Amino acid sequence: MDILQQVSRIIMDKHLTLALAGNPNSGKTTMYNSLTGARQRVGNYPGITVEHREGDARHNGHELTIVDLPGTYSLTAYTPEELVARDYIVERRPHAVVNILDATSLERNLYLSLQFMELGVPVVLALNMMDSVRKQGKEIDTALLSQRLGLPVVETVARTGDGKDELMEEAIRFAEEKQGQWAPLAISYGPDLDPVIDEMVAVVEKNAFLAKRAPARWVAIKYLENDEQVIKMGERKDPETAAVLTKMAESVARHCRSTLKISPESLIADYRYGYIAALMKEGVVRAVRPQERLQFSDQLDKVLTQQFMGPAIMVAILYAIFYATFTLGEIPMGWVETFFAWLSDTATAVLPEGLLQSLVVDGIIGGVGGVLGFVPLIMVMFMMIAFLEDSGYMARMAYMMDRVMRAFGLHGSSVMPFIVSGGIAGGCAVPGVMATRTLRSPKEKLATVLTAPFMSCGAKVPVIILIAAAFFENSASVMFWTVLGGWAAALVVAKLLRSTVIKGESTPFVMELPPYRMPTLRGLLIHTWERAWSYIKKAGTVILGISILIWAMMTFPGLPENETAQYQAQRTAAEATLSADALETRLAEIDNSESQHALKHSAAGKIGTGMESLTQLAGFDWRTNIALLGGFAAKEVIVSTLGTAYSLGEVDAEEAEGLSTRLAADPTWSVATAVALLVFVMLYAPCFVTVVVIARETSWKWATFSVVFNTGFAFVLSVMAYQVTRAIMGG
Amino acid sequence: MAEMMSLRKMKVDQKGVIRMVTGEGELGRRIRDMGIVPNTEFTVVGKAPLKDPVAIRLRDFTLTLRNSEADFIFVDALEA
Repeated sequence: MDILQQVSRIIMDKHLTLALAGNPNSGKTTMYNSLTGARQRVGNYPGITVEHREGDARHNGHELTIVDLPGTYSLTAYTPEELVARDYIVERRPHAVVNILDATSLERNLYLSLQFMELGVPVVLALNMMDSVRKQGKEIDTALLSQRLGLPVVETVARTGDGKDELMEEAIRFAEEKQGQWAPLAISYGPDLDPVIDEMVAVVEKNAFLAKRAPARWVAIKYLENDEQVIKMGERKDPETAAVLTKMAESVARHCRSTLKISPESLIADYRYGYIAALMKEGVVRAVRPQERLQFSDQLDKVLTQQFMGPAIMVAILYAIFYATFTLGEIPMGWVETFFAWLSDTATAVLPEGLLQSLVVDGIIGGVGGVLGFVPLIMVMFMMIAFLEDSGYMARMAYMMDRVMRAFGLHGSSVMPFIVSGGIAGGCAVPGVMATRTLRSPKEKLATVLTAPFMSCGAKVPVIILIAAAFFENSASVMFWTVLGGWAAALVVAKLLRSTVIKGESTPFVMELPPYRMPTLRGLLIHTWERAWSYIKKAGTVILGISILIWAMMTFPGLPENETAQYQAQRTAAEATLSADALETRLAEIDNSESQHALKHSAAGKIGTGMESLTQLAGFDWRTNIALLGGFAAKEVIVSTLGTAYSLGEVDAEEAEGLSTRLAADPTWSVATAVALLVFVMLYAPCFVTVVVIARETSWKWATFSVVFNTGFAFVLSVMAYQVTRAIMGG
Repeated sequence: MAEMMSLRKMKVDQKGVIRMVTGEGELGRRIRDMGIVPNTEFTVVGKAPLKDPVAIRLRDFTLTLRNSEADFIFVDALEA
């Protein structure tokens, strides 16, 4: 560290940065919430979707910045979470790492602590969940552990806040004592590796190799562990030394493989656990009471993951959640809708009729209102998902479903996003795609994100009902088969993607089944609010822009003046000749005909007409094309736009009997067209809100892919559906 | 002591000791990071409804992994 940094550290010594680290499910986030309260900031690390959280706290006159590092089991270069945690510590050098451990499985949790200690950063251990440890009839000699490790160890219960103050006290004291000095721990890796490590350390030190980054021994060990990130960085910074180190590492790897039959990497892990076993010797953990043979969690698992009962209970829970979400969510959703209806009525009344009114009412209020209408739904849904996740049940679902999902190149955890997206008719792909955040396998997550929009979301349901009512006798069975079709499409396409564009070995499943725990209300609320807020922010920016764009496409260039004049003349003529009752009907007819004409004349209309020759292959005429174009904005728009295109005025998606009668009677429509349209609507591009969320969870590249690929895929299948149905029905 | 066998072959409620882990790269790393290293005792606590993945208890926590991953782990069964 240079002098300037040292000085600034001394001056700033009242302000400390502490990094919270720990295994997933160790109670780290609960501790973080408890320490920082509402003073939190969430962002994404640039380029990846790992969240960066930091918050402020104050303790005895010290200003603290608390950084919540992603939960990890180790510090390898295999997952983005681990890289983020490691890079943060190496590059930002926090004053201390506060390592939260689940004290009920101390050995495994110490494995991460050991890696921090090897790095050398000052570490304070928080033995969390001490209440569970005591309940299990065990005691931990923290003083002994602290003495053996040479660092502060504090007992905590994050859920109640017990030990929190003492933890901060110790962390501050230790950070100030260390003054930013790192003291790496040197573990012996046995007679096969130790000599080589010493030689490598000599080479690293002589050449000051990656010296700014990390201790020499750590760099040497990373070479033996074959750590991709460190090796790449070494090659870039000092290729000569890197080559020497690589050669040494390769030679010892050959030696280990031939004599011990394992790689140095494995040997290192074995020795780390050996070191921990030695640490734990002679009464660090003592049983004060005889342990019960089966703990509560295990007993629960005997039922909840039982061969037959397990899946049955899972279906019941999923259904209950789904039902609760959409029944509960509907109430506040109604309020939001009422509010926006009021807003648009007010705007209509206040603003003069014309373009500005249309822009504000249809473009801005309509677009943003439609998007914000989802917020209550998202909040309820996330509350439920957070509950399942924090309680530990989500991991069990993944465990039970993995065998099935894996057959399609997915992960056990893909089930939840599918269900939420509309695996049961009426879901929504927006929270569905957001729910994939719990998936830690990148390829499986991507495949899930890209296929979840095939499910029967709530906005597709009115289209299905409309078509079913017009062309089929049994609407319920149409609905059933469409939902099933959504599943089939999602799974088959997932398989297709995983064997082409997202090809590759499945990510290891190896997953902890954490003990069942009652989630904290505070954790649930914070989690829920974060998701909702990030969604609302999007609604205010990208989504507003796109709704205005779509509005403009369906409005401009508008009818030429002579045609507007013609409609005006028709109105005047009607007013002069008809009685009051007949006049109203006639005027409505004229209005609708004018809107239809204007729509056909608009940019969207021209695109729709222009594409007719192509879309005729699937039986779609310009009217259907415009409606489908509008469906890019939101699938609800399909029904209302069809209404305008068939000059019925704006049709409410919920009450579309008139439209379905009209379609059934229309000579350009047949059962084949209906089947093709169903197929297309189920499969084509996700609505733009979903697209934005996909971009957020993956990247704009994949979001664009989902629009282009899904639309192409939908078109090919709907052409096939149209042609085949026509051939069979002879129409 | 019984012949060394793959973890996949263990039955529910059977106890065993890990003898050798052959996996390399990311998979090997993941397995070892979770504490599956030689001389660790464990109990098979369950299998998913379709017999895969398998759940084992070791070092005071429960871990689940696929059969295809269990194939890299060789164990000795202990008499119950």
